[in-house]
Amino acid sequence: MYRMASIIKTESLVKDFDGLRAVDNLNLEVEERTIFGFLGPNGAGKTTTINILCTLLRPTSGRAFINGYDCVKDAHRVRSSIGIVFQDTTLDKDLTAYENLLFHAYLYGLKREESKKRIEELLQFMDLYDRKDEPVKRFSGGMKRRLEVARGLMHYPKVLFLDEPTLGLDPQSRAGLWEHIVRLPESHNVTVFMTTHYMDEAEVCNRMAIIDHGRIIAEGTPEELKRMVGGDVVYLRAKDNKMAKEILKERIIADIEERNGEIFVHGVKGDVCIPEIIRILGEQVLSVRLQRPTLNDVFLKLTGRQIREGSPEDEFKESIRSYRRRFDRT
Amino acid sequence: MIELKVVYVIVMRELIKFFREKSKLVSTMARPLIWLFFVGMGMSRLVPQDITGTDYMRFLFPGIIGMTILFSAIFSSISIIWDKEFGFLKEILVAPVSRFSIVLGKALSGTLLSSLQAMLIMIVSPLIGIYPEMGQIAGSVLVIIVLSFCISALGIIIASFYESLESFSMIMNFIVMPMFFLSGAMYPLKKLPLVLKYAATLNPLTYGIDGLRHILIPHGMLDFPFYLDIFVLLSTSAVFLFLSTYVFERGK
Repeated sequence: MYRMASIIKTESLVKDFDGLRAVDNLNLEVEERTIFGFLGPNGAGKTTTINILCTLLRPTSGRAFINGYDCVKDAHRVRSSIGIVFQDTTLDKDLTAYENLLFHAYLYGLKREESKKRIEELLQFMDLYDRKDEPVKRFSGGMKRRLEVARGLMHYPKVLFLDEPTLGLDPQSRAGLWEHIVRLPESHNVTVFMTTHYMDEAEVCNRMAIIDHGRIIAEGTPEELKRMVGGDVVYLRAKDNKMAKEILKERIIADIEERNGEIFVHGVKGDVCIPEIIRILGEQVLSVRLQRPTLNDVFLKLTGRQIREGSPEDEFKESIRSYRRRFDRT
Repeated sequence: MIELKVVYVIVMRELIKFFREKSKLVSTMARPLIWLFFVGMGMSRLVPQDITGTDYMRFLFPGIIGMTILFSAIFSSISIIWDKEFGFLKEILVAPVSRFSIVLGKALSGTLLSSLQAMLIMIVSPLIGIYPEMGQIAGSVLVIIVLSFCISALGIIIASFYESLESFSMIMNFIVMPMFFLSGAMYPLKKLPLVLKYAATLNPLTYGIDGLRHILIPHGMLDFPFYLDIFVLLSTSAVFLFLSTYVFERGK
């Protein structure tokens, strides 16, 4: 057993598929009871990494640990420590919500009385209790995902993996699911490890890593990562823009430009800078707005590409995806 | 290592799903009855009684029980392919349970479902002039169970080589149908050309059907001694069970 503070840890993890490197020298550490976001475009190696961590794939080299257990040598203990919501639903559509959870309880060896209580508690937590005796095939996409999250939590896992949990959901279901996910570390004492390529979802994570072509290209809190692109932009309109600009240039150390009737103040901490501007200009100010950098800006800066746009790399990604599909069946 | 809870819950799931789908039960029961009465009655006009005095309908009956088992056991086991396609298999594979328990659960659910259907077919035996006594019924049930287990385990091995639902017709045409025709179900092995006869001796179903004939029409035309039938069924069952755990573990 490998003792440490991190609940998830990888050491130089590598996974090759027929000469294609899907995961490239990955080093990760995730603290207990946090939400960790794994962000990257399709085919970046996110699902492959999850599959290694949840013992469905063997790494080509390197090691991975969950809850102190080696994902290869101690696969059985790792499996007891984790819950997983895969990208594609893995519910039995012919069984009811309740039966799906009961099946899971038996599979993980829960005691009968306990599993009954746990099922009811989780169905209520996920707002599915009213529909518990309906076959899953009648559930909407959002309900199925919530049921899968409930199922993943049944056996008190230490880590809950969510692979693109909101993929294919409408905005309302997405919001509904998120509301539940962000509460999990507190309510169910679990570490959430999730992949996504939605920027706004990544922003609620405690920490995150950006992955591209199987390599981690940046890691930190969402705030830290956004600071990498050089801070916020404050947009300002004053009674006399020209004069205001000159005054600000003397008093604030920042890039200041004027364009289209607006003054841009680049690369500042917006929450500190706005009060400062107002103090300096006083009644001169007509309007102020703040633009914070998004994680998309971060990705753009690091790779020169938009995270969700098609790019020359798409072919590469698609080939990795198809390999992955073939090997995922393990 | 066998986890009884796991075996139990896998069997329960198959049973629930089977009985919830009433049309499935009706259609799997219809096939053997259609063969028995439509094919059997037609053929019995062509085929005279054999030297032992057994008419074709009675000769065919154990074969039809074997057919019932073949189809329902294989279909039950290849539901693994459905589980792969619809993702449910992943739910089972990431659980902390031994692969042997999973395979055993699948094999036992196939055994249970196909034995049940075979016993239902047994009920029509008086209609074709077979009146089994208690001992014969008990003996048949035992052979039915062993044969069902054997074919179910074989089904798991087959299922582990296929990935998607399109493979269904492949399995049907190149495995199930040849197994049925080369099992002595419809014609005695003695009358087959040599090559086909040898092929049939490699088919576990042959021994199951022969075993049932020993019990139901003891003075009819038989191919092997009864003890050999039982020995082959039991040993292939064991081999298939371990082989299926192996291929399942290998992850294919």
